[in-house]
Amino acid sequence: MKTILICCLFILSLEAFSKNWSVKTVQELQKALHESKANDTILVAKGNYKVLNLEITKPLVMIGQNQPVFDAQFKGEIFIVKSDDVSISGFRFKNVGETSMIDWAGVKILESENVKVFKNEFVNCYFGVYLSASNKCWIENNRIIGTPKEEQTTGNGIHAWKCDSINVFNNYVEGHRDGIYFEFVTNSLIKNNLSTKNIRYGLHFMFSHYDTYTHNIFKKNGAGVAVMYTKHVTMKDNFFDSNWGGSAYGILLKDISDSDIEHNLFNSNTVGVYMEGCSRLKMGKNIFQKNGVGLRIQANCDENNIHHNNFMANTFDIATNGSVTFNYLNDNYWDKYEGYDLNRDGKGDILYRPVSLFSTLIERMPQAMILLRSFTATLLDKIEKIIPSLTPENMKDDSPRMKPNAIEAFNFKV
Amino acid sequence: MKKTIKYVVYDIIRNRFVIGYTILLLLLSISFFWFESDPNKGLLSLLNIILMVIPLVSVIFSTIHFYNSYEFIELLSAQPMSRRTIYFSQFLGLCFSLGMAFLIGVGLPTLIFDGSMRGLTLVSGGLLITLTFVAIAFLASVITKDKAKAIGVALAVWFYLCILYDGMVLMVLVNMADYPMEKASLLFSALNPMDLARILVLMQLDVSALMGITGAVFQNFFSSTWGVFISFVLLLLWVLTPVFFGYRIFSKKDL
Repeated sequence: MKTILICCLFILSLEAFSKNWSVKTVQELQKALHESKANDTILVAKGNYKVLNLEITKPLVMIGQNQPVFDAQFKGEIFIVKSDDVSISGFRFKNVGETSMIDWAGVKILESENVKVFKNEFVNCYFGVYLSASNKCWIENNRIIGTPKEEQTTGNGIHAWKCDSINVFNNYVEGHRDGIYFEFVTNSLIKNNLSTKNIRYGLHFMFSHYDTYTHNIFKKNGAGVAVMYTKHVTMKDNFFDSNWGGSAYGILLKDISDSDIEHNLFNSNTVGVYMEGCSRLKMGKNIFQKNGVGLRIQANCDENNIHHNNFMANTFDIATNGSVTFNYLNDNYWDKYEGYDLNRDGKGDILYRPVSLFSTLIERMPQAMILLRSFTATLLDKIEKIIPSLTPENMKDDSPRMKPNAIEAFNFKV
Repeated sequence: MKKTIKYVVYDIIRNRFVIGYTILLLLLSISFFWFESDPNKGLLSLLNIILMVIPLVSVIFSTIHFYNSYEFIELLSAQPMSRRTIYFSQFLGLCFSLGMAFLIGVGLPTLIFDGSMRGLTLVSGGLLITLTFVAIAFLASVITKDKAKAIGVALAVWFYLCILYDGMVLMVLVNMADYPMEKASLLFSALNPMDLARILVLMQLDVSALMGITGAVFQNFFSSTWGVFISFVLLLLWVLTPVFFGYRIFSKKDL
């Protein structure tokens, strides 16, 4: 018993003896990085540091006091983390250079575990935070603001490649190519982030299975959000707002399967949700409002269940390109529904076909769009409602709601 | 001329129809803006009214008015007055009363609830449509000999511009779907005042992103100052051409 106690004390004292390095100049910083032992803390005082390619190869705690500025003067990158258990906080990273050979970043994390990057600011960085083959990392409370140029010459805000169990919380990303970019990232949680004014996508992921996205806001991004080739994704309580433009989508889903898309708000997007090659998705309790097209389901989607959503003030609620669909629609509210409810169970007695003839027509010849909202177009839609012939026969909601579904209020804490 | 215009306007107002029409428009506009939470939707509902009801009322009322005041026109012709004064005082009097009805009935609420560029486009487009159909009614009245025929002609023109034309455009687009029709559809829309006004308003409501390549062509054209200028000139031409031809015929017509 005594030996154990002594052992414990010894370990504790070791812990207590981990050294604190206070750093005020670049020379001191380099010396500290070089001479420090594992688990030391390096405190960087306020100031302007011209630094380049600082490698961290042992577990260190880097703390910026009063936001010291690390300026790479567009010549390279700043931190390269190649060790587990590193923590970086309180810095302001500036002017990371841009190159087409290497992805220079404000903080680059390579093959490490348990790295924390939080409360930093990234300004004018080619890439903000760059993770590669790293697991269990935390990226929290960072502000990442880039100056967008062209797609080829702008990096991503938070970029992760081949990672697992990443946590991305409360970040703000603006003016990058993709706000948050994931490729082969699994079991990760992305929460409370705001990604806006990025020139391509607010969020972009591929082959990233079992990830969860909640309470994020994706607003005014060049092409909205695009997610591809992934299964078992959960997207809840997100807000897709004002992604408007020729090829912008609230969210573009390509080859996504077995996923939940629930309780999201799609507001003022050219296309709220675009689904291509999607299978077995559950889309429930979403609100689609003021979109050009609320939901676009390509004919190669199957067995998706779209239920209890509210479709309000969209130009077209649903559009599709084929005549046969194998998706299920039920209990949605459509503001264009004109049916009645005799038995007062809240469900309309006649089914609703959300694909209008006019939108089918536009599918075949987009030029016909010049007739949008003309009397002729309205007339055609009315006729089609009475005698359906061109619109997809089984794209229908058998139990459309008479009143909007009760959907809990959204609360976005960004 | 001023004096005759005054008498024409006075005559129209005494009729009370225009006052009723103004109140109806006012009620409709206000209810659209009140019942729709989104002013955009209010504007779109109003657009439907402008495209259907206003041309119809303008064209029929103008034709009827022309024939109802036929005796007055004959009387004026006996006075030392030029045919030009008679014709244009009648036309301007009608334009003034129906224009005012539109401005009070639709313009006022629109500018109050949505005084932005799109509201302004809607109101100016609607005003020009009113004038266009007054002009068309005058042309229809002078080329015919009796009231029923004139109303028939006026209604036929309304039917053509409102319904048939779009149907025909749709038919052409269906049959020519394999060809690039973006520029052609721009031309088609320019040839119909209703389409022109509708697209001008839709462009302001920013639905162009929905329209793919056609939208891009349209957006390029209609969002440039040039495009807006040209479309308003075209709309004005739609007023001036029938008036001019109507006057040519009227000045030689045996009353």
